[in-house]
Amino acid sequence: MIVTLAAASLLRHRARTALAILGVAVSAAMLLDMVMLSSGMRVSFGSLLQKQGFQLRLAPKGTLPFDTEATISDGDSLVAGLRARPEIRAVSPVLGGQLHIVSPKGIIASSALGVVPAVEGDYEMVAGHQPISPEEMVANDALLAATGLRLGDTLRAGAGYDTQLRALTGERRLRIVGRVRFVYMAREQKGAALPIESFRAMQGSDANGRISLAMVRLAPGTDIEAERAAIERLFKRVNVISIAEALKQVDERRSYFTQLAVILGAVSLVVGFLLVTTLVTVSVNERIGEIAVMRAIGVRRWRIVAQIVLEAAAMMLVASPLGLVLGLVTARYLNSILANFPGMPERIDFFLFQPSAAWTALGLLALAGVLAGIYPSWRSASLPIAMTLRREAVG
Amino acid sequence: MSAILEVRSLVREYPMGSERVAALRGVSFDVDAGDYAAIVGPSGCGKSTLLNLLGVIDRPTSGTVSIAGERVDQLPDARATEFRLRRIGFVFQRFYLMQALTASENVELPLSEAGMKGRERKARARELLDYVGLGKREGHRPSQLSGGEQQRVAIARALANAPKIVLADEPTGELDARTGAEMIALFARLNADGTTIVVVTHDEDLAGAARRVIHMRDGEIVGDERAR
Repeated sequence: MIVTLAAASLLRHRARTALAILGVAVSAAMLLDMVMLSSGMRVSFGSLLQKQGFQLRLAPKGTLPFDTEATISDGDSLVAGLRARPEIRAVSPVLGGQLHIVSPKGIIASSALGVVPAVEGDYEMVAGHQPISPEEMVANDALLAATGLRLGDTLRAGAGYDTQLRALTGERRLRIVGRVRFVYMAREQKGAALPIESFRAMQGSDANGRISLAMVRLAPGTDIEAERAAIERLFKRVNVISIAEALKQVDERRSYFTQLAVILGAVSLVVGFLLVTTLVTVSVNERIGEIAVMRAIGVRRWRIVAQIVLEAAAMMLVASPLGLVLGLVTARYLNSILANFPGMPERIDFFLFQPSAAWTALGLLALAGVLAGIYPSWRSASLPIAMTLRREAVG
Repeated sequence: MSAILEVRSLVREYPMGSERVAALRGVSFDVDAGDYAAIVGPSGCGKSTLLNLLGVIDRPTSGTVSIAGERVDQLPDARATEFRLRRIGFVFQRFYLMQALTASENVELPLSEAGMKGRERKARARELLDYVGLGKREGHRPSQLSGGEQQRVAIARALANAPKIVLADEPTGELDARTGAEMIALFARLNADGTTIVVVTHDEDLAGAARRVIHMRDGEIVGDERAR
């Protein structure tokens, strides 16, 4: 009976109910987006780090991976020391730098990584194969587009370029053997990778034994935190960063987004709450006589409250899937805008859909809907019956 | 016959600015079980105020009301609601049916509130609608019924939980003469079947059909006559 009355009340003013549902859906969409924004970047970054299968990253003391141009001078001995540990399955050394490529479009500067192809974790192959021989390299689409070169082309490249002399330094001929997608590079960033020994040779004798970063894959079941501490004790000139530590650093840097998400999320929740409260209040005021009659014939106060709260909850229930779809569409659009943010890794999602985020947003909204219905319904069910009926009869 | 309704020194005052206006000034009377009493008097004499107090939807300033031996004038809200549900049937001048519900569902509403389950509830609603002559209109909504038919549904709803007493406030007030006459006959039949009725009315025909007429003026009972 309560369900019938609640449904009838909602259907009595169809256009008004539809508009309110639409309004709540917009509010739900924004709330969902903000919940996705508050945690999406962190989860996305975390899964990116985990996907490569390296639990620890070693960077020069006081820095984060590729935060500066600093390198570890005795990188080879560090790698050898790490490989000797039974808890460690693999070590992937990386040397960062620049590559200047002679192309039909001129000299193009690109970010470059010297890697050990067999254990690298910095890119995903799109086409071709790993740069196994010293004269091979891989490039991303941004670099290929900028240079006009293609897979299979051989090019001249240097680790440096003297603008006065217009000459490459550490020049070498390299063949593009693979098209790749770099995990941590920005969408517009030109990137290349080649065997670390080739890159060191191009950079000169100063680069011998140097690395910018070492990524460590642990044996299954190893206590990550204990191993991190052990490595840090053994190699005092490096920072050992676990995924948890990296995420902590991300948390500090993304606090701006979190604050923004919390504030806008709270605003959308309040807007949804006020929208439903207003609609329920208007609806209840129109039915004040009907409610007084129900009370007069013995309908309990809580049943009237339940009926009106049910109306509010039903609106939320209908608005929620609409809001979910709307939220996902807008999140996708906003994500594409933020993904072009300069320097932001291409693979990072700001708005990452997670069922828990959707449930959180919809749960908060449902709660707001129920709370929005309680006050006006309790107020109307508590009005003096005789006086209300008299007013209705006169009115 | 024993009194089912006992009213003693009933006073109801309303605040009006800094003043207090008395709508009832010490009303006392009894109604016996199975009786049919009409309360009549000019507008503003306190008839409806009295009916509200008898129906436990208002509280007196002083005095007592007992129905079926139970004091009801100071019942807490939850208890008063329960009492109205099970012991009192209300019939209003404007019918006040739930527009969203069918005739049958309107009758079922108090039955559902009293905890009666689906099939039994529907059967009881059908029985009551048959009693008031609307057995074939059970699926109609109020907007599809005439005024007289709506009032019959309201009477069926009032009888749903077999109340001790039915209170009616101007039940013919919104009806034309012919339909009003049908309603008067229905009330007479109800009473003949054992229902105690107290009706507030301006309608002389309705009052004339009652066994007892209580006259009110300025918040007091000024006459109480039994039909011969």
